[in-house]
Amino acid sequence: MINDKKVQPLLEVEGLTVSFSRYDRGWNKTDLEVIHSLDVTVNAGEILAVVGSSGSGKSLLAHCILGILPGNAKVSGEMAYKGKPLTEKRQKKLRGHEIAFIPQSVDFLDPLMKVGAQVKGVRGTDEKMREAFQRYGLDEKTAELYPFQLSGGMARRILISTAVMEEPELIVADEPTPGLDLAMAMETLNHFRELADKGCGVLLITHDIDLALNIADRIAVFYGGTTVEICPAADFKAGKDALRHPYSKAFLDALPQNDFKPISGTQPYAGRLPKGCLFADRCPRRTAECGGEILMRDVRGGKVRCVHGD
Amino acid sequence: MNRVKYICSTTLRMLLLVAAVSVLSFVLVSASPVDPLTAYVGAESTMSQEAKAEIAEHWGLNDPPVQRFLTWAGNTLHGDLGTSITYNLPVGTVIFSRVWYSLALILAAWVLSGLLGFLAGIAAALYKGRLLDKGIKTFCLVLQSAPVFWFGLLMLTVFSVLLGWFPLGQAAPVDKLAEDVTLGDRLYHMVLPAITLSILGISKITLYTRQKLIEIMNSDYFLFAKARGESTKQLILRHGLRNISLPAITLQFASFSELFGGIALAETVFSYPGLGSAITAAALSGDAPLLIGIAMFSAIFVFVGNFIANVLYSIVDPRLKEGGYRA
Repeated sequence: MINDKKVQPLLEVEGLTVSFSRYDRGWNKTDLEVIHSLDVTVNAGEILAVVGSSGSGKSLLAHCILGILPGNAKVSGEMAYKGKPLTEKRQKKLRGHEIAFIPQSVDFLDPLMKVGAQVKGVRGTDEKMREAFQRYGLDEKTAELYPFQLSGGMARRILISTAVMEEPELIVADEPTPGLDLAMAMETLNHFRELADKGCGVLLITHDIDLALNIADRIAVFYGGTTVEICPAADFKAGKDALRHPYSKAFLDALPQNDFKPISGTQPYAGRLPKGCLFADRCPRRTAECGGEILMRDVRGGKVRCVHGD
Repeated sequence: MNRVKYICSTTLRMLLLVAAVSVLSFVLVSASPVDPLTAYVGAESTMSQEAKAEIAEHWGLNDPPVQRFLTWAGNTLHGDLGTSITYNLPVGTVIFSRVWYSLALILAAWVLSGLLGFLAGIAAALYKGRLLDKGIKTFCLVLQSAPVFWFGLLMLTVFSVLLGWFPLGQAAPVDKLAEDVTLGDRLYHMVLPAITLSILGISKITLYTRQKLIEIMNSDYFLFAKARGESTKQLILRHGLRNISLPAITLQFASFSELFGGIALAETVFSYPGLGSAITAAALSGDAPLLIGIAMFSAIFVFVGNFIANVLYSIVDPRLKEGGYRA
């Protein structure tokens, strides 16, 4: 489903850097860089699955696109939506409307408001809500419940329902499947596929990589706050030899359905990033070149941030 | 069933509280060095020893304390709260004639501090870290540390003496007949005492609302609502108010006790004829029946305040509704 024609991407993120200023000991204010030189593009009609371990900056990217980072966050780099810079003003205008966000957990619902009113939000209608409930297998009476009365699966479906109140062109979904049984999770992902087939771009942050592979067009692998590889989903299915970055290969190996084989070491902590390649200290192919600046390279129809990647 | 049980147990607890309060205040007033007789006749009275002894006998001051208390308790159970020696009237009459002044004052101060505090708290949270927030915070801390009586005197000095905008105390103009006093007169006389009393609660509710709203503004659900395109106004109205109103309601109803404590000082400063000035007078003249009567009344008042807070809480918070009426 990859578009070979050179089209205008729906969302372009280039060289994105996000840092938080915070107080260290006493009055020392330091900047903690949590995302750096991150590149990602989402085209209309495609699903980009973002994978990577916890703390690799996946959720922050989502919050950054929506413009809902906390006040002490500093953002630099380029973000463009439909070819035009995605400024704070545009984010305010587009979010909820053209750009929909599906958050991670039930904590994102107001605990004191009935879920029906929350699904509708400020612009949805009863009709739209009923439609969405039917689509996601929710009883109409669910609208009268409060978030604390929802089961995990119901909450998940409520959160997804919020996204289809309007006609979004870009959906940013932050782990929409945990808590759902396999059938429901697959169905949910198929709904994303449907939306994408209608021309919607989907940025799908997920840990259920094997499920996501069934519906995603491309995969972006995050590590330590940056993209290390972006490749067609088919490469992930083909196995680790089709992948380009040593981390992507290790990531695939570590999945339970594969060898469940961990590699030693941990993801670098945001405050103590090494120079050069972030994965170098855990990489089997490390050489002297890895200490320099590593740029994204085009390799075999994908992109990789590695001097060895092939 | 659950509800009946709740109401019964609440009533029982209130009766126990009132009993405990009456015993405690009796013990305190008996132990106080104030001699009711001397307070009544005056330290330099020319009254003969025999006459004094007669009064003491009439009041039952010579009986042992336990017997005096039991006599009082027996009468109270029959609806007779005794006679106030300060006002020479039945305690019930004294409380009844004064309670309305105090309730009006408390209500005015309560609404004033609640509304202003709530609004100021929201404003401070919205402009967190900016000049308005800093101003409100500083003002609250100053008010919070100011004693009520001192603030009352300050108000009198500035607005009654220097500016002459408001009357110097009392609940009605001194030169008017009781039947000529209008509602306007009463309200006019209530302004300064009500403002003075409201400073007791206003800082607390402001700072609390501010803190709570800032917490909510950093919450995930606020973030999500924002991500769905809600404007700041919609965010505050739809999610902010809903979530801060709960703690604010509790705090506001729980402040009944402080307000009742506050009227003793505020009414005395403004010579306002409510229960507060009566309890001060009763304490100063060892007037046990009146003191205990007002203490019991205040206990019921505060108890009811907390009770309302509990019930409201379970109505407003859907998470508590399922668990029934739990106090």
